[in-house]
Amino acid sequence: MLLIYCPYCQIERAEIEFRCGGEAHIARPSDPEKATDDDWVEFLYMRSNTKGIAAERWRHIHGCGRFFNAVRDTVSDEFLKVYKTGEAKPDLEAIAREAGK
Amino acid sequence: MSQPFRTEKGGRIDRTGELTFTFDGEEMHGHAGDTLASALLANGVHLVGRSFKYHRPRGILSAGSEEPNALVGVYRKGDQTPNLRATQVELYHGLQAVSQNRFPSLGFDVGAVNDLLSPLFPAGFYYKTFMWPKSFWDRVYEPIIRAAAGLGKPPKNPDHDTYGNLYAHCDVLVAGSGPSGLAAALAAAETGARVILCDEQAEFGGSLLSENSATIDGKDPAIWVAEIVARLAAMDNVTLLPRTTAFGYFAHNFIALAERVTEHLSDPDPRLPRERLWQVRAKEVVIAAGAIERPMVFPENDRPGILLADAGRTYLNRYGVKVGHKVLVATACDTAWQAAFDLADHGVEVVAIADLRESPPESLVSIAAARGIRVEAGCVVTGTLGRKRVRAALLGRMMTSGQVAAGGQIECDALLMSGGWTPTVSLFSQSRGKVVWEAETGAFVPGKSVQKERSAGAANGLYGLQASLTDGYAAGEGAARAATGKSATINHSRTSGGEAGTGGTLGALPHDRNASRVKAFVDYQNDVTAKDVKLAVREGMQSIEHIKRYTTTGMATDQGRLSNMNALQIASGALEKPLTDVGLTTFRQPFTPTTFGLFAGVSRGDFFDPVRKTPSHDWVVEKGGLFEDVGQWKRAWYFPKNGEDMHAAVERECRTVRESVGLFDASTLGKIEVAGPDAAEFLERMYTNPWKKLAPGRCRYGLLLNDAGFITDDGVIGRLADDRFHVTTTTGGAPSVFATMEDYLQTEWPELDVWITSTTDQYAVAAIQGPKAREVIAPFIEGIDLSAEALPHMSVKEAMFRGIPCRLFRISFTGELGFEINVPRRHGKMMWETLAGEIEKHGGTAYGTEAMHVLRAEKGYIIIGQDTDGTVTPQDAGMSWAIGKNKFDFVGKRGLERPDLKAENRKQLVGLLTKDPKIKLEEGAQVTTLENPATGTPADGHVTSSYYSPALGRTIALAIVRNGHALEGKTLYVPMPEGSIPVEVTGTVFYDKEGARLNV
Ligand SMILES: [Zn+2]
Repeated sequence: MLLIYCPYCQIERAEIEFRCGGEAHIARPSDPEKATDDDWVEFLYMRSNTKGIAAERWRHIHGCGRFFNAVRDTVSDEFLKVYKTGEAKPDLEAIAREAGK
Repeated sequence: MSQPFRTEKGGRIDRTGELTFTFDGEEMHGHAGDTLASALLANGVHLVGRSFKYHRPRGILSAGSEEPNALVGVYRKGDQTPNLRATQVELYHGLQAVSQNRFPSLGFDVGAVNDLLSPLFPAGFYYKTFMWPKSFWDRVYEPIIRAAAGLGKPPKNPDHDTYGNLYAHCDVLVAGSGPSGLAAALAAAETGARVILCDEQAEFGGSLLSENSATIDGKDPAIWVAEIVARLAAMDNVTLLPRTTAFGYFAHNFIALAERVTEHLSDPDPRLPRERLWQVRAKEVVIAAGAIERPMVFPENDRPGILLADAGRTYLNRYGVKVGHKVLVATACDTAWQAAFDLADHGVEVVAIADLRESPPESLVSIAAARGIRVEAGCVVTGTLGRKRVRAALLGRMMTSGQVAAGGQIECDALLMSGGWTPTVSLFSQSRGKVVWEAETGAFVPGKSVQKERSAGAANGLYGLQASLTDGYAAGEGAARAATGKSATINHSRTSGGEAGTGGTLGALPHDRNASRVKAFVDYQNDVTAKDVKLAVREGMQSIEHIKRYTTTGMATDQGRLSNMNALQIASGALEKPLTDVGLTTFRQPFTPTTFGLFAGVSRGDFFDPVRKTPSHDWVVEKGGLFEDVGQWKRAWYFPKNGEDMHAAVERECRTVRESVGLFDASTLGKIEVAGPDAAEFLERMYTNPWKKLAPGRCRYGLLLNDAGFITDDGVIGRLADDRFHVTTTTGGAPSVFATMEDYLQTEWPELDVWITSTTDQYAVAAIQGPKAREVIAPFIEGIDLSAEALPHMSVKEAMFRGIPCRLFRISFTGELGFEINVPRRHGKMMWETLAGEIEKHGGTAYGTEAMHVLRAEKGYIIIGQDTDGTVTPQDAGMSWAIGKNKFDFVGKRGLERPDLKAENRKQLVGLLTKDPKIKLEEGAQVTTLENPATGTPADGHVTSSYYSPALGRTIALAIVRNGHALEGKTLYVPMPEGSIPVEVTGTVFYDKEGARLNV
């Protein structure tokens, strides 16, 4: 059971309070009409499925209910960074280097 | 009473009283402090089970949780718990144990014929022997394997025990209470850190409890243990958990402990649970799990009477039990010599020490000489004799050529063996750490930590008493400092004796026997021999993971703690690759077998899953209605009257709704309040339909897609005000629709000023449907005009129901005039009983979900998840009318434009009428264009809904059929075992196609 820090509640809570929402920073094209079929397939189905440092969405579903983003090492399950929805995607390579991964 | 193998004195048992127990019905005696294994040995019983595959007689091998052979069933409260390790079962008065895997008796087992037929059971026999013919699997092979193989029989009754569960936090968790564990716990506790110390055994102390040739601070080690434990027990910051196995190391230092609370008691307090699951979050973990001894792989190394050397020493020193009267000690390392010396000191005849090494340490040889023990150096055991107990061993002389020369036979009634030591790295491995090979000790030891843990003592590859203590202190201090930043200075105890010693061996030992005839066991519990491992390699298995699965070595309950290193060495030799290149399999949770009860805890029976009841629940029970489970909800299914069967009851309910009026509990439908200045814009983007122009007081059917373009939910949405909507969802879809709305709102359109709130549990909903619906509700509704002009079909108003504020919808899921009244949940029972009474006066009826399904199918209203399956678009379902053509965007709009979703030949929702109106199709049956398609022909669709329709006086069905919309009027077929059923394709609306009955 993971321990996850909610950046809105500003507290660490057990995983059962949260729901993972898959890869982060997959933006829905703002003008869907202009998106090509390939764009749409990319948006719908293509995920990097990273073994290692990945940014993913989490929702504090049984707490404040907010979505936020977290950088997690999918091998060790270590959380390396937690940030609010809307903040820019961090440099994952820099985070990995800093963590010695 | 006679316990012929009990020592005169010594051991930690309570000799002041005797306990009576039975094994396979035979009465025996032991003492408090015994395990079942030590008590059996004291009574001279070695034969305790039959092996898994060959049904060979097997005896107690070890004194710990790694025991592979001595699996027994123990009766408590009239039921049997199978597969308990006798080495872990504490003796109590009246204990009833039985042996397993034998028929008809342990002494004479017909399954033993498998041993003679062993050529039939080579490595991979599961894959080879039972391949053909395929049909034999179900009827012949599997039942035989299940009957012949296997361990104990599962109990037949529900578990009568209870199980506890608690969460705990600590600074330092110490797993294991041998020398390094105790030192670590003390060092950490003295800093003030919160410490949990657990050990799988009944008493703390580990190996120190059977160590009497060394001293700590000049004291007997057991006395030192008692003093340390007393110190720890007196500290408020320490939790001591004996009989508690750390069985799982999970992410973020989450450790699962299984505490055995009452199983060791003959008459436990009935309020106490059998076991307790501790879920511990530790800031730091010290793994002090020790090491276990390796068996030696020589022919017939599995006879009863053959034990690990340290187990023999433990039984002697800790339990006061001699494993035999004439004992042969076979070893490749120093530590086993001490077992021989201790036995000799208790007057046991040690017939010889056979050491594999050409020149064992001179110091040991001279001690042996002083006790008159015969020493055979450069000597290997090449076989054993005896059936139910070893009676002699064959010795071989190691020659410089690597060959073995026969070295005679030696009589013995017990054989102690030691191939050296293997650090217990299971927990470390579970923490996802990788082990590293340490050539000098010939062992895999913990490498870099991945989580906040450190191994100490023998688990860390450090042997010898002083080294273990020193490592333990350092680990405890280090862990406390890392967890709390605090440190403390404590006196470190000094030891004398208990040296680490040298030596050890891996793999199969050489012998002079006919290799094709003898069995040298590597994995006792799964009956895997050295030959099997070699065969697996010859047959192409290269990786240890494949060898493991092919031979099943290491797949027993000890997860290969006893067998892995020997198997690895044998594989390495056969593959001609260095051992480190063959790889080690990963240890996984749980460390030892763990009961299902522990995991289930209180989540059983009524507590297994919450039950959600609607306001009409008690009324339905009272009226004899039947319930249907819909997710966690109990929904009224139908209401049989006067002995009606389901068909008759449903037919009556349907007719009554169409002819007069029916009452239905719709409280389970999902409800979401969408409010705020951008509420209409938000729904505009979520649902396919347009919402901005919907006037307050009006409703619209809403269709929800995912962004792929497929239908995921539907429901009626009412606009209460410019900035407020009452959204309904399907019963099953309520949580996911709400979560999806939150997702889009928070992450895609955070600029929208909208709040969404789940209100499913806030409202009780009664649906009143039928021509007399208006008359039924009229007496109770105040504040609004119910006429068709003022409240037309698809409208919503806020009103009062018997003085209670309500939301009154005029909507219909039956095709009749209908109302749905929403009142606050606490008034639901009053509303239901009021309306149920009123309905009676009008000749109406309550109806359940079955009639609801028939009525909606007659009207072609779809059920999401029944008539759709996640690949159906609005066009496929014939619902293009629900799409707002002029909308800029909505969830699924772009998805619908994908070529495959607009392609020809998609499966589409149609109605089906059987040519014979009496035949009701099976839901799920395949639909084909050919009357008798050849086997293997793909179907063109399937039946999604099928009912007898009282309104039509015949059966009706809905189906998803390829190109269905173009096939209207055509004949298709539903092939069934009894013959193909011809059907005509129709539209989906079977009753009142114009909708005249709705607008009254
Ligand atoms: Zn939160």
